[in-house]
Amino acid sequence: MDFNLSREQELVRKMMHDFTETEIRPIAAETDRTAQYPAETIDKLFDLGVMGMIVPREYGGAGADDLAGAIAIEEISKVCASTGDILATHNGLCCGPILQHGTEEQKKKYLAMLTTGKKVGAFCLTEPNAGSDASKGCTTAKLEGDHYVLNGSKIFITNGYVAEVFVVFAMTDPSKGTKGISAFIVESSFPGFSVGKHEVKMGLHGSPTAEIVFTDCIVPKENLLGREGKGFGIAMQTLDGGRIGIAAQALGIAEGAYNETVTYTKGRVQFGKPISKFQNTQFLLADMYMNIEAGRGLLHKAALAKMSGKRFSLEAACAKLFCSELAMQNTTKAVQMHGGYGYTNDYPVERMMRDAKITEIYEGTSEIQRVVISNNIL
Amino acid sequence: MKIIVCIKQVPDTSGKVAVNPDGTLDRASMQTITNPDDLNAVEAALKIKDATGCEVIVVTMGPAPAAGMLREAMAMGADRAVLVSAREFGGSDTYATSQILAAAVKRIGVEKDDIVMCGRQAIDGDTAQVGPQIAEKLDLPQVTYAADIQKDGDKITVRRMLEDGYMTIRVETPCLLTCIKELNSPRYMNIKGIYDTYNKPLDVFDYETLKDDPLIDPTTIGLKGSPTNILTSFTPPLKGAGMMLEGADHATTDKLAELLAAKHII
Repeated sequence: MDFNLSREQELVRKMMHDFTETEIRPIAAETDRTAQYPAETIDKLFDLGVMGMIVPREYGGAGADDLAGAIAIEEISKVCASTGDILATHNGLCCGPILQHGTEEQKKKYLAMLTTGKKVGAFCLTEPNAGSDASKGCTTAKLEGDHYVLNGSKIFITNGYVAEVFVVFAMTDPSKGTKGISAFIVESSFPGFSVGKHEVKMGLHGSPTAEIVFTDCIVPKENLLGREGKGFGIAMQTLDGGRIGIAAQALGIAEGAYNETVTYTKGRVQFGKPISKFQNTQFLLADMYMNIEAGRGLLHKAALAKMSGKRFSLEAACAKLFCSELAMQNTTKAVQMHGGYGYTNDYPVERMMRDAKITEIYEGTSEIQRVVISNNIL
Repeated sequence: MKIIVCIKQVPDTSGKVAVNPDGTLDRASMQTITNPDDLNAVEAALKIKDATGCEVIVVTMGPAPAAGMLREAMAMGADRAVLVSAREFGGSDTYATSQILAAAVKRIGVEKDDIVMCGRQAIDGDTAQVGPQIAEKLDLPQVTYAADIQKDGDKITVRRMLEDGYMTIRVETPCLLTCIKELNSPRYMNIKGIYDTYNKPLDVFDYETLKDDPLIDPTTIGLKGSPTNILTSFTPPLKGAGMMLEGADHATTDKLAELLAAKHII
């Protein structure tokens, strides 16, 4: 039993810390204020091999392990959860399922696009009437000769209006329920693909969220991911992996809020001394720190479980649930400890609090995580 | 063609500085970083590697943990590394250090097309002596304070940045250049580099490896061979860094008010 990171994982943390402090911290507030997609940052993350880092070398990636992938998301999310979200989606929800379920030809073509080709990836599952109940999607895919024809729309798609490669779920046989769902790899250049409404969100302003519309969208038959009717399983497996990414993002937000609060309370003087000298502050910071350590333990356990090749749904749900609720708790406490200043955008904690909320909702709400956990323990 | 880059692990002066009773730095109790100017030298070497495909070798003298810094340089793109490390080398001042590093560079081998690069100076000693002394001991032409380096065959044109202006010098390889921060922005490690770095060669040159070199004389290496004597070490009193805002408009006064408000002064 060893709680230490590998030498490579330590270097990934250091590299991502250096990159984040130099390249992302200076623009994080502006990215939030303007809701601008951080294109230059993402371009640099491609150059450094971070986008698609978990993809093996033979397909153009860096061959990094899943824990290193989580550490990269965590480090970025300490400062900018929007950028962390873009990375988590690209790596976990687009590269992940293609890597796991793609044919050799699909992997060669699409993983190269998602790494050295610098194309951003996305994942299309949610629909207006199919959120937590992902089996109720209405998007259809009909086989016509050498291609499928997709019709329907997907909502809340992270990377929606910047991505060029999408993993899309659609009903190939609506009569079969979840067994009628299939997965496809869709390029934004395919005829009939279009981007709909750009969402205006409470937080994660730099993360481009949009509706994706398929109108008689032509998808070559060879772009079926996995077998027909196996899409629901692919989606659930992908979300297990994606939850490790969101746990990492949430942990990063929780740590970022803690770091800001330590700095602020040591400098803020009230009643003649820094407020960090008051026991109320000390106890609160101690709890924030302790919970970060607990969350890190769950996150690392989930990532290691995935790396071991065993089923990891339970571990991923525990990590995602704990870390996302922690992100909300720590950011709320951080705003409180900053007082009135914390409620203004002069300090980053209000942004962190807005960014934290979504981690309790997407890639399976906290309620769904509790369903997954209870299904595994009862 | 190869480029040998001498780098140094230094205390992170943004943290607490600890000093031994003999006045030398207590490196073991301090966080360490790669000396900033040395990273500019690594970047300059890697840029030439990008253009020519040459080999880049990073060298440091220090205790075993300094190998971590060499791994980081290889994760940036350097091809191999040499750690010069021995009890006999401990406590060396700049004179003794340059004796030892010159012997190590000589052992690696400096050929007609090769370049040796160093940072201008280290943030711990701030002497800027080791690079020039290595050049002297190896009888290499040297150009210090390089703010721009253009390589054309065996000719290198270096723009030196001095306090009162610039000086442009053309030098032939082999030569030694010392680099300053204005030269470039050091690249980050990259993920592939990180996953490759522990598979790249890292040789250790100990006393046995270098002892036959005439530069390695017990009277000129280590603490005993160091002519520098430290009388006393102390941390100078902290002084605010200060900040200058320029302008005579509302934008500047608003900025000033914003800064003062952020510090809760107003």
